[in-house]
Amino acid sequence: MNEHFDNEMKLEFVSKSVNEAFARISIAAFASQLDPTIEELSDIKTAVSEAVTNCIIHGYENSLGIVKIVAKLKGKEITIEISDEGKGIENIDIAKEPLYTTKPDLERSGMGFTIMENFMDSMKVESIVGLGTKVTMTKIIKEQIKKDEDEMKEFINC
Amino acid sequence: MESKFYEKDKLLVFKITEEIDDFSVQMIRRKADYEIERYMPKRVVFDFDSVTFMDSAGIGLIIGRYKFANMLGGKLEVTNLTNSVKKIFEMSGILKLIPITNL
Repeated sequence: MNEHFDNEMKLEFVSKSVNEAFARISIAAFASQLDPTIEELSDIKTAVSEAVTNCIIHGYENSLGIVKIVAKLKGKEITIEISDEGKGIENIDIAKEPLYTTKPDLERSGMGFTIMENFMDSMKVESIVGLGTKVTMTKIIKEQIKKDEDEMKEFINC
Repeated sequence: MESKFYEKDKLLVFKITEEIDDFSVQMIRRKADYEIERYMPKRVVFDFDSVTFMDSAGIGLIIGRYKFANMLGGKLEVTNLTNSVKKIFEMSGILKLIPITNL
């Protein structure tokens, strides 16, 4: 384990869409060490689901490959890297635009990257055509003390 | 997903009971289109009360059923949106097109 992090995990699975739930639930379970709220956890699950769906539908185009996830915890921050060795993205800026999709026939909305950007604190996409794509996202979990203070204020106001 | 058709009002209600992602929408889509075609409803309502997770696959699902119902002369509405479902729908702008209703 890299000593720059408090904790780290790796996950690899075959690119089948039935594994999307497995992936987001696993990362949510790992992230729960940081004491996130239900909303923070829901944001992480959604972002992971979007990134994994991209690997399966776009990276591998529903052929079989391996999706890799590495998650690291440091302080109150979780970093999640999700990668494939699929076809890659030719123009990342265009791919990230809201509503842009190369697969409207599959009823894809083109909102995947927009959701990842909005639900996480940072998101970076690296891709090489023919070699694959890696998405790196981070989220900072709000301090429990602050959450307790907020709850206490609400309680006193009642 | 459970469904119920009210003949008198030509109302077809789908209550989604599973997590909505790219895997589950395939089954939901097939079942919904089959029933919309079978009943030819005037109103189609998707109920999200029991939905514990949804990603952007839900946006494609609703836009697709909106188009399909429209093509067959019906209107599509959504109801009981949870906070996380609402957050995703609002981001996509589809609530400008599809009304939130109470049953």
